[in-house]
Amino acid sequence: MSKSVDNLEKIRKSLSRRNRAEKRFRFYGVTAVLIGLAAVMLLFTDIVSKGHGAFRIAYLQLDITYDQDLIGIDNLTDPQQLALGNWQAMPKVSLRNQFPDVSGRKDKRSLYGLVSNGAGFDLKDRLLENPLLLGDSETLWVLADDDIDTYYKSWLDGEPYDARLTAKQVAWIHELHDQGKIRLQFNSNLFTRGDSREPEQAGIRGAVMGSLLTLILTLLLSFPIGVSAAIYLEEFAPKNAWTDFIEVNINNLAAVPSIIFGLLGLAIFINFFHVPRSVPIVGGLVLTLMTLPTIIITSRAAIKSVPPSIREAALGMGASKYQMVLHHVLPLALPGMLTGAIIGMAQALGESAPLLMIGMVAFIVDIPGGFSDPATVLPVQIFLWADSPERAFIEKTSAAIMVLLSFLIIMNTSAVWLRKRLERRW
Amino acid sequence: MNQNASTAGTKPAKEAKPEAMQTLELTDNEATVGQCFTDKPKMSMRNVNVFYEDKQAIHDVSVDIAKNEVIAMIGPSGCGKSTFLRSLNRMNDTVDGCRVEGKICMDGEDLYAPKLDVVELRARVGMVFQKPNPFPKSIYDNVAYGPKLHGLADSRVDLDEIVEKSLRKASLWDEVKERLHQAGTGLSGGQQQRLCIARAIAVSPEMILMDEPCSALDPIATAKIEELIEELSENFTIAIVTHSMQQAARVSHRTAYFHLGRLIEVNPTEQVFTMPAHRLTEAYITGRFG
Repeated sequence: MSKSVDNLEKIRKSLSRRNRAEKRFRFYGVTAVLIGLAAVMLLFTDIVSKGHGAFRIAYLQLDITYDQDLIGIDNLTDPQQLALGNWQAMPKVSLRNQFPDVSGRKDKRSLYGLVSNGAGFDLKDRLLENPLLLGDSETLWVLADDDIDTYYKSWLDGEPYDARLTAKQVAWIHELHDQGKIRLQFNSNLFTRGDSREPEQAGIRGAVMGSLLTLILTLLLSFPIGVSAAIYLEEFAPKNAWTDFIEVNINNLAAVPSIIFGLLGLAIFINFFHVPRSVPIVGGLVLTLMTLPTIIITSRAAIKSVPPSIREAALGMGASKYQMVLHHVLPLALPGMLTGAIIGMAQALGESAPLLMIGMVAFIVDIPGGFSDPATVLPVQIFLWADSPERAFIEKTSAAIMVLLSFLIIMNTSAVWLRKRLERRW
Repeated sequence: MNQNASTAGTKPAKEAKPEAMQTLELTDNEATVGQCFTDKPKMSMRNVNVFYEDKQAIHDVSVDIAKNEVIAMIGPSGCGKSTFLRSLNRMNDTVDGCRVEGKICMDGEDLYAPKLDVVELRARVGMVFQKPNPFPKSIYDNVAYGPKLHGLADSRVDLDEIVEKSLRKASLWDEVKERLHQAGTGLSGGQQQRLCIARAIAVSPEMILMDEPCSALDPIATAKIEELIEELSENFTIAIVTHSMQQAARVSHRTAYFHLGRLIEVNPTEQVFTMPAHRLTEAYITGRFG
């Protein structure tokens, strides 16, 4: 009797110890999750707080006269005249009219520094679209220089940054502000233009197109090759030392640092096969090499997860191995394969190191239109901008990161959604 | 079954154990006892040996299966009865390292001849597995899969007819006729197994192999399947592996008892369960091991 009471006492004691251990264990788990969440939150807040400014940019209101003599053209269809035209003179003259008492070379130059040096070309594009404007005048919002943009935004935020401006420039900006002739508006350039040395004219369109072209090629190559390899290895290959060797090496390949793939691409595709540098073709090939192991491994896992009873049922009905794979294994494994492919693509989208090796780090202003046009990709664009000295590129870098992150979030969400939607329950 | 109940767990049986263990030793050169062979066999096996890598799973089995016969294969776990069954339609081919020696013939044709196509063989010898394994498709598509695969239906109407006939034969038609296009995996376990039987008979095989078809089912579903097996035996030759001796007694015409990869005894079912000819068979059906 007393023995059993003793036992009960012991069990109760150990029970409270076990419960405490469980609580501790839960606490560790929750803490780990919170640390992870905090890291993500920190990253997002930092990037968004730095980058949100880049979606708006300063414009100046100027009275523009499309003066033929000033620009030095008389025929809008003559390419040579268009190329030689002094387009920047239009905003310059307008600024001089705005501030008539400015004199002296130095002051004039700093006055001209208020507008972007690409403003003239924007006016040229506008004129070419509306040829009737030639000789006319109109009031327009014209892109401001990046230093003006940076100062104006920081001043609006209450922490003016004027290190790159002269005292006179600051005074002019305030005068313009008082007259309502400077304002922030949506920065469409960010999404419609390619890269530029001038931060106010730089956009991510080129990088986004480059990423898109590279990824299309990567997907077209790596998905069929990866899935075929996975099916062969899982369903048809004999299980022997050779297939073990292949498996080990595929797993190795998945762990190889990505820059090595870049060097490989440089040595093989560019130096040996003479594929041009900096083009999406070679980028796609390199990223295919890098993504293949991921796709093969996830596809094999998806094939393995198809229950053997389904294979037996198909074979028992007299299906050949090929029919078994095509009719049953592949449809059931496809959601897993697609998920793997999307995750592989997301990895490839975020990859920069191997692309540096094959020249996709070049400064490319033109937006690539095809697989053989020189291009760069989003992560490399981020790398380039992060490296640039102009202060305005700081917010541009963060904005590009935000765009890249939203692509990644969309891809990963669709992977989860796809898996939930297509997965079958047994 | 009565013998089983009376001997199991009583004291005399326990005391007799050392002696019994001796007699239950299997000597290497014991031949199969009973009526192994028939005049016009549907399928005949001679000196069949099956190996997994180096391990021998089936030793020298010779037996005939008559046309329209239900033969039950019983024996303790791991005795090789499933392995033997699966070598009859070469499902063992899919197992790495599995090797079959000896001769297995159906209607005099060697099933392991190099020129024989397993696809054709499996159309002629259908199989029902232990765990109901309908395809994750509609009920209709499950049954229609075989006929489509082998091109048996000339038209859609033809196919509909085959599907209905097969489901009727599997006594499932009345339960599913309203929902032919719903998923086969949504049926209950017993219905799923009958669907698998319908799927197997849709290609009109000559023989059906059943590998413990009721082990995952409840007693009511089991009773339905057993009833079905009896009906099917009018048209098909059936080989069934079961671990339930009552089931073997209820559905089969002949019973084969396997022990450690050897075929010990084959006799008419009634005789096996009332007057077993071999001491091991007797020991098994009286519940002394298994």
